[in-house]
Amino acid sequence: MAERIQRKSNAPVESNEVVTESRSESETGQRLRAELDDLLDEIDEVLETNAEEFVRAYVQKGGE
Amino acid sequence: MIRKIAGIETEYGILVRGAEQNPVLASSILINAYLQSVSAITGWDFIAEHPEMDARGAALRDVFPPEVESHLVNAVLRNGSRYYVDHAHPEISTPECASPLDVLKYDLAAEEIVRLSVTAANRILPGDSEVLLYKNNSDGKGNSYGCHENYLVDRAVNFDDIVQGVTAHFVTRQIFCGAGKIGVENQSQRRANMPANPFNFQISQRADFFEAEVGLETTLKRPIVNTRDEPHCDPRKYRRLHVICGDANMSQTATFLKVASTCVVLAMIEDGLFPQGLQLLDPVKAVQVVSSDPSLRLAIELRNGKEQTALNIQREICALALDYLSQNPECIGTESAQLLIELWPKILDSIHDRTDFALRTVDWIAKERIITAYAERHGIVGEDPKLKLLDLQYHDMRPAKCLAGRANLIQLVDETLVDLAINEPPEDTRAYFRGKCVSKWPRDVVSANWDSMVVDIGGGELRRIAMQEPQRGTRDLIGSLVDKAETTQDLVRLLGVG
Repeated sequence: MAERIQRKSNAPVESNEVVTESRSESETGQRLRAELDDLLDEIDEVLETNAEEFVRAYVQKGGE
Repeated sequence: MIRKIAGIETEYGILVRGAEQNPVLASSILINAYLQSVSAITGWDFIAEHPEMDARGAALRDVFPPEVESHLVNAVLRNGSRYYVDHAHPEISTPECASPLDVLKYDLAAEEIVRLSVTAANRILPGDSEVLLYKNNSDGKGNSYGCHENYLVDRAVNFDDIVQGVTAHFVTRQIFCGAGKIGVENQSQRRANMPANPFNFQISQRADFFEAEVGLETTLKRPIVNTRDEPHCDPRKYRRLHVICGDANMSQTATFLKVASTCVVLAMIEDGLFPQGLQLLDPVKAVQVVSSDPSLRLAIELRNGKEQTALNIQREICALALDYLSQNPECIGTESAQLLIELWPKILDSIHDRTDFALRTVDWIAKERIITAYAERHGIVGEDPKLKLLDLQYHDMRPAKCLAGRANLIQLVDETLVDLAINEPPEDTRAYFRGKCVSKWPRDVVSANWDSMVVDIGGGELRRIAMQEPQRGTRDLIGSLVDKAETTQDLVRLLGVG
């Protein structure tokens, strides 16, 4: 996670802090694809078990 | 231009699993469980609530202003925020913040507060039942709940000028701060020429619910620009622009950009520097055109007869705003100004090119990618319940179940600072005074609201302390005084209001 932006309070933002990752854009892309594949492999453990029933039961009253 | 003091109010979607569904009761249990766990007892004071006042004039007839529900749980927290049951949702309003980075930090602190509340509530709920919360804006069945923003604006600015200027930004900013959604919830609003996509995926959670350009309502005939005129501070000097058209964001970058860009647009309007040429011919139609077009190719008609894509309108606003910001960084503070100057153009380019940066900063693009990849792997087409579940769980407040938490979104604020912000108010607005007093004298601060606080100075004798200036009551101005006072009696004496 080295290129994640982790900023400390009141630390000035270095202009290359956000931009640095463009140097390794393809590297980041590969990693993002690998992590998406990992997520899809594990997603059944993350998702509610009965999707149809769960989505149907998610009814909210209007707010605001 | 005046310094843009801002804040965000978020209503969370709520479900109770394993117990009878009563969202009002569940929200009350949730918030009370948290308040008990932190021994917070200061209630909200409703004396200054006037949601029926309209920025275009006096109170209007024939509209349905929001009701104030004073009988439900409603509390002031140590960080200066307000935590309450609004209709059938738990809602947190961040404290007043003097920079967009602080707004982001306190919005993240609010997420932590609702997570702590869930833990506290689940302990007292019977058996295996549990509360589930979602930081989104729609149940997918036509019911919406809001994520509102508030901005301090100079009262001297004509409200029509605000409307004329800010509408183009509100319509087009969704391309970087839309949270994404499967499905369409307002078919009557849809035009036949809108493009189809495989999952009826759209950019914004909220776009379906806007039916008017300007107005007072928030629950019916929702307007793009809300006219509620309830400044919560000196009404001769200030307005509070109440913004209801935004989505709640999971991406920190999206929250920051949403607030920071809007602050700068409003500052430019105050200085008469926002371009006239960006007025839209039909803003309500345009909100839906932009939301329905993840390809970002459709053009919007302008009042001057030209057509522009949302992306190009944003590029124009961004270029002018950054030029303005380089001259006037003090409107949002140097740190936020520097970050906005870096991020805004980069995001617009990345959305256009769908680079990895967009995947890690823009909620709708991150969500669309997970949904598309899942659908491809399992050969799913259309509005399948599994895909709708992915959509919902993108916003799940349980870390282990939250898909946004698995999307590699870029963090802008250090987690330790967010943890501190759960109990510490911002130092550079009046929220500092409110938060510190509530922390120090939880029993003697009888009630508080945005612009005043009532304290018991002994023997039941009450004093109201006015807080009409959002940039007073700061650590610099009253920090040592609050530290020095041992009792609320000392406090009012030292403040000279006793």
